[in-house]
Amino acid sequence: MTALLTLPILLPLIGSGCSMIVGRSRVLQRIVSLTVLSAMAAVSIGLLVVVDRDGPIAVQAGGWAAPMGITLDADRLSALMLAVASVMLLAVLVYAIGQPGAERNHVGFQSVYLVLSAGVAGAFLTGDLFNLFVSFEMMLAASYVLITLGARRDQVRAGMTYVVISLIASTLFVTALALVYSATGTVNLADLSQRMEQLSPGLRTAFSVLLLVVFGIKAGLFPLFFWLPDSYPTAPSAVTAVFAGLLTKVGVYAIIRTQTLLFPPESRPSTLILVLAGATMVVGVLGAIAQDDVKRILSFHIVSHVGFMVMGLGFFTVAGLGGAVFYIVHHIVVMTTLFLTGGLIEHVGGSSRLSRVGGLVTGAPVVAVLFLVPALSLAGVPPFSGFVAKLGLLQAGVSASHGVIVGVALVVSLLTLFSMMKIWSAVFWGEKPSEPAVSLGTAPQLMVAPTLVLAVVSLVIAVSAGPLHDLGVRAATGLLDPHEYLEAVRQPEGLAR
Amino acid sequence: MTVALAAAAALLFAIGTYLVLQRRLSRIIIGIGLMGHGANVLFLVSGRRGDPPLVGSAPASDFSDPLPQAMVLTAIVITFGVTALLLALAYRSWLLTDDDEVEDDVSDRVIAGGGFIDREVTDADAALADVIDPAGGHRATNRRRRR
Repeated sequence: MTALLTLPILLPLIGSGCSMIVGRSRVLQRIVSLTVLSAMAAVSIGLLVVVDRDGPIAVQAGGWAAPMGITLDADRLSALMLAVASVMLLAVLVYAIGQPGAERNHVGFQSVYLVLSAGVAGAFLTGDLFNLFVSFEMMLAASYVLITLGARRDQVRAGMTYVVISLIASTLFVTALALVYSATGTVNLADLSQRMEQLSPGLRTAFSVLLLVVFGIKAGLFPLFFWLPDSYPTAPSAVTAVFAGLLTKVGVYAIIRTQTLLFPPESRPSTLILVLAGATMVVGVLGAIAQDDVKRILSFHIVSHVGFMVMGLGFFTVAGLGGAVFYIVHHIVVMTTLFLTGGLIEHVGGSSRLSRVGGLVTGAPVVAVLFLVPALSLAGVPPFSGFVAKLGLLQAGVSASHGVIVGVALVVSLLTLFSMMKIWSAVFWGEKPSEPAVSLGTAPQLMVAPTLVLAVVSLVIAVSAGPLHDLGVRAATGLLDPHEYLEAVRQPEGLAR
Repeated sequence: MTVALAAAAALLFAIGTYLVLQRRLSRIIIGIGLMGHGANVLFLVSGRRGDPPLVGSAPASDFSDPLPQAMVLTAIVITFGVTALLLALAYRSWLLTDDDEVEDDVSDRVIAGGGFIDREVTDADAALADVIDPAGGHRATNRRRRR
């Protein structure tokens, strides 16, 4: 039990150190990271199986009892997130190795990538608010390096925006931690959920909104999303893919975790969350339609679809949260695939601007298929995974009688389809432009293979939607009635198991 | 004491916020540093005050709360590391642009103006950039300065 919870964080950190030691040999570095991330994926899937069978588990690292010590825990939500995330990290690493650019030219890429993996795992597995902060910082510090890798002018400019806004969010996070600690005397999530009930309702709502702002910046929630489409597209496409797939979702996970666990039902800002979710969806998709670059269009779609996940949270029902969990899983896979395909378009077409490429369907039919599958899935066309995910959310919305937001979500889905078709008709169908960008040749096998695997995974999600949705509902039940989770953290034998 | 520290935190936040809203990178970095200090001071105030928490030096009931201090220490180290990275980025930005002002987003300007972009950067350029000229920006800047 102890190993299952600690290895996903320790493995990449140790691997990162080893990767630096063997820094002179790119082959050894690759072997280290591939081994570490494969092991991490295996452990995470094992963790998911164990947690889904036995319920939440917890470990007190260092041997101090729960409120004082460092708690690592996993319930169904965090185990599911971790499993999907680690598979994604592995796939993107293979892609990065195959791609000319990021990984080949920078000695530090592998080590920093592993630190990022450790940060993501830490954020999912930590059981207290302060270590959530530390994990976030670990993840963000690695992402600062990855986003400015190459240090070109536009990267530095966009990287500055990204670093500054993340730092401000982190400062707000420390402030929130200070205020929460002075009000309750604890930062352990399980302990906090008990102490919060003793606070006055006004104070609780203030904390709830403060944490929503902090994680809203990281997740790209309206009106705090503006940095995201600005900074993501400048990084190499493998890096953007992992950012798009995981980083914002870690923010969404933190929102879901804190809003459901810490605050009793009456002080949850449900209406505020629903309004923000609707605005995020609409503004994100409208921004996407205005763009002329595949990577920027996709970046705006990240924002837009964060709205869907947060909408599921806003219902605060089992069906809504279950739908949100399923949606996150679907979106991590599909968004990563789309960004990887964006990199393929850039490689084969020589540019990611819609006005500079065209007619790729004859030159690169595989890339066309690899784009079409996740694109239709993102828009929510049956029978792809996005359709099932959206259906779950919208049904939850109807049964919670939030008709307006359901309508907004449907319109946004339609606009998403429009925006995807805009890419399709410009990049794959359209005429070759008069001054086409210079192609880099056919895409390397190592870039196509992981994209293909992820596209197949998204189809598998659609096929196995029933069991996955049930898992999402079980996770949601655990979120809304966390007594199993609280017991696991409080259990003194948590260490011995 | 608590009031004084709270006031200090408020002052640091105010100055920090003002500086972060400037257009010069150097000011933004100082502003972020000040805001970070403000948050850390606030964190220090959040614990109970009292004697140094050394076993045997005083009865345990008189101890100050050591937990916020430990956590603030972690936060300080993190802020320190990230600020160093930010300074390196700002230096790089100065080398590339000869200026420490924050630039507008190119694509935003293009879309706002309805025009088209004269230069774009792709993964291919990124792959080439380091092969051709690892310190390209630096040399170009020096040349410009010599003239």
